[in-house]
Amino acid sequence: MTETSADAVIRVAGVSFSYGAEPALERIDLTVAEREFLGIVGPNAGGKSTLLKLILGLLVPQAGRIEVLGRPPRQARRAIGYVPQYPGFARDFPISVEQVVLMGRLGTGPGFGGYRRADRLAARRALEEVEAEELAPRQITTLSGGQLQRVLLARALASEPRILILDEPTASVDQRLESDIFEHLRVLNERLTILLVSHDVAFISRYITRVACVNRTLVCHRTEAIDSPVIEALYGEPVRRVAHEHRL
Amino acid sequence: MTEFLSALGHQPFLQTALLAGLLASIGTGVVGSLVVVKRITFLAGGIAHSVLGGIGAALYFGLDPLLGALAAAVLSALLIGWVRLAWQAQEDTLIGALWAIGMAVGVLFVAKTPGYAGDLMTYLFGNILLVPQRELWLMGALDALLLIVIGLYYRQLLAVCFDEELARLRGVNVTFYYLLLLVLVAVTVVLLIQVVGLILVIALLTLPAAIAGHYVKSVGRMMAVATAIGALLTSLGLALSYEPDLPVGPTIILLAGFVYLASAIASRLIARRRTRATLHPDPADGESP
Repeated sequence: MTETSADAVIRVAGVSFSYGAEPALERIDLTVAEREFLGIVGPNAGGKSTLLKLILGLLVPQAGRIEVLGRPPRQARRAIGYVPQYPGFARDFPISVEQVVLMGRLGTGPGFGGYRRADRLAARRALEEVEAEELAPRQITTLSGGQLQRVLLARALASEPRILILDEPTASVDQRLESDIFEHLRVLNERLTILLVSHDVAFISRYITRVACVNRTLVCHRTEAIDSPVIEALYGEPVRRVAHEHRL
Repeated sequence: MTEFLSALGHQPFLQTALLAGLLASIGTGVVGSLVVVKRITFLAGGIAHSVLGGIGAALYFGLDPLLGALAAAVLSALLIGWVRLAWQAQEDTLIGALWAIGMAVGVLFVAKTPGYAGDLMTYLFGNILLVPQRELWLMGALDALLLIVIGLYYRQLLAVCFDEELARLRGVNVTFYYLLLLVLVAVTVVLLIQVVGLILVIALLTLPAAIAGHYVKSVGRMMAVATAIGALLTSLGLALSYEPDLPVGPTIILLAGFVYLASAIASRLIARRRTRATLHPDPADGESP
């Protein structure tokens, strides 16, 4: 790992977490540098989403420490934009795209009253950034899967975050849109640190700087190192084998 | 209907009843919309029914039953909120239990209060014609409270209704605003008990907002339209029940249920026609009778 402690934006040290008796993550160490684009891959139920939730402060580790921007995750979470795998809302909720994106502005400004002009401008900018400004007045019920994904990305950007965390953002869109979204992310990566969970390591390797393989334990590879044996190991037999090799 | 209108001119109790219905509509429209989009009708039902415990206790100890209702409603809202946040696995069982226990406590207190057994029906099914004029002030004050709180914290309440996880990640204290929402529901329940009684409250709380939901595109507009629908339904219900001398509360609820059903069918048909029009544009459309 090349990053020094000075420019690390996320630091995970010796973190373990289990749901009940079932261990999900064991002694995870991970340091993410400023403006890195980290891909997180691994099998289903391997702990990828759990790791994200720990970094977001939605879960609390049973052992170890997590620091985001030098602070505990709960205090730092307003500096994070989060794009969930599944939208956490009912698709028939009577609300416009603009209102959804504005919700990304919560936690800025005063705690009461309506949204301000600055909020509306930030929401508008975020929609422009993902090329979805014409969707602003639309109802969310009328959006396609790909449009909704852009709106969720815009909502995350509206908060003007320093870190962007995405959980399988392209799981429900077609290939062309997937490349589109990744082109957007490449541009955003010029100013933001990005963590992205994906199942498609071959595809994301063109965009990311480093990949973390999570299957209860975690091992990092630089992207140049993602050659066919690694990918095979990921998709064939359990990733744990990769992890063991690297623990030597 | 004409008889009602002429009676309205010189019967102060009818004017009070009409005003009570209008004041209740504000709570219905504003809080009912949040209940409908957040899908917490069952929780609201639990709060409404357990209020009888507070009414019974207030009667037994010789206090104002409405204050007892308010205290019980807020207490039960906080209890139900705590159950939902801390005991998610058994949420519906526990809320069902609170629902019934509250009513049981109320019935026991009322049974042991001399001379009050006959009035139980008034609390269960309401009687808008018996609302004393001074209570209009209390209803107005509760409405003002609802509007001020929702006006100040609309963004947070809407976010908690829409997407709790997002709200939490944006630093919104989700537990606080969720409990605040339930307390607002409690206050509204007390407002509505005046009109339709605690058994029927749940219908008047949700039906106008659900009807509005068939046509509006934002929660803010839903609140305004639901308030107007609530005002129409309570006034019309009052008018319709006057001549045949029917109980007002059940008349209002039946009317609301009928309008909801008709609106649900109509909106379904409109949506189907719209889909068909976009899928197969029919050149002969204008010619059909």
